[in-house]
Amino acid sequence: MKVSIYRYNPETDKEPYMKEYELDTAGKNLMVLDVLNLLKEQDPTLGYRRSCREGVCGSDGMNMNGKNGLACVTALSEVAPGVFEGRKPLILRPLPGLPVVRDLVVDMTMFYNQYEKVQPYLQNNTPAPAIERLQSPEEREKIDGLYECILCACCSTSCPSFWWNPEKFLGPAALLQSYRFLADSRDTETDARLAKLDDPFSLFRCRGIMNCVSVCPKGLNPTRAIGHIRDMLLERGV
Amino acid sequence: MTTSVTSLGRNGLHDWLLQRVTAVLLAVYFIFMAGWLVCNGGADYLTWKAFMGSACMQIANTLVFFSIAIHAWAGLWIVTTDYITRMQFGDSATRVRLLIQLVIAGLTLVYALWGLLMIWGGA
Ligand code: SF4
Ligand code: SF4
Ligand code: FES
Repeated sequence: MKVSIYRYNPETDKEPYMKEYELDTAGKNLMVLDVLNLLKEQDPTLGYRRSCREGVCGSDGMNMNGKNGLACVTALSEVAPGVFEGRKPLILRPLPGLPVVRDLVVDMTMFYNQYEKVQPYLQNNTPAPAIERLQSPEEREKIDGLYECILCACCSTSCPSFWWNPEKFLGPAALLQSYRFLADSRDTETDARLAKLDDPFSLFRCRGIMNCVSVCPKGLNPTRAIGHIRDMLLERGV
Repeated sequence: MTTSVTSLGRNGLHDWLLQRVTAVLLAVYFIFMAGWLVCNGGADYLTWKAFMGSACMQIANTLVFFSIAIHAWAGLWIVTTDYITRMQFGDSATRVRLLIQLVIAGLTLVYALWGLLMIWGGA
């Protein structure tokens, strides 16, 4: 099969280019990460991140034939029609919108800065109980679909609003995490958290495009979380 | 937190609400107008003038003019802050954006005043 990969080494290349590879997959429906590993044997200069190879660590988010996802859990047959059959090349690019460090490796600083802004940790100003803060099963259920996020950045880097304002718009990943703590019965800083989201950019730049939902490898729904936060702001503001 | 002096409302929520409320108002108005035109297909100038001159329609038209102005400004402000940024315009982005926003604000203002003149000027 044909594979076309975005290559850029800022120390030696003037500008990025697409490099073509040829690979014999012996008709196997490999994961994209397996393809990369095989190509790395051919060409050791190829750069990409990976660690767990099972969709848990979030390191190998990349753009495969135009759609963001984790290379380790995306089979060739899922990339795009015709790729597995060899009718179309597999096209790999780094996550869009973030500065490229090298080849498929991007600089995630902007993404983490937005994550940091939502104070993604439990805050509680009441005295700590002797053992632990309890939650009822119903209260616990509220953070299902939120805590599972692995911060792979597939969602935020597929969001046009994040491309245009990566320093002002928090992006779907950070907003999902923000709601994870707004929805947590043990957190007492709800109002302070909401007050920080009230400006025209942090949350309200979300235009409901839902790219984030369509790419999340964990099947999470940032748009819905954003909607819940907006409802909370509305309730607090009118 | 990112604040902005050129946005319309006090905060993001305010802008967002204004945009939705004006959108609903406009939708209701245009559906009503379409209905009126269908029911009064053969209306001549005098019927039209009497209809538009009624106090109800004058108030409705005023509301609609303001809604269009608010809706347009909120929407275009978002467009300018999405697309006229440092990424496209480098260091001059703020100046270019402010200039374009001023032009849009000016046009919107002229438009609103002109509309008011048409409705209440008795012409
Ligand atoms: S729904 Fe909102 S956060 Fe998700 S991709 Fe669209 S604009 Fe971005
Ligand atoms: S919400 Fe999904 S796509 Fe976004 S960072 Fe978390 S796991 Fe990745
Ligand atoms: S390598 Fe860990 S998520 Fe893919």
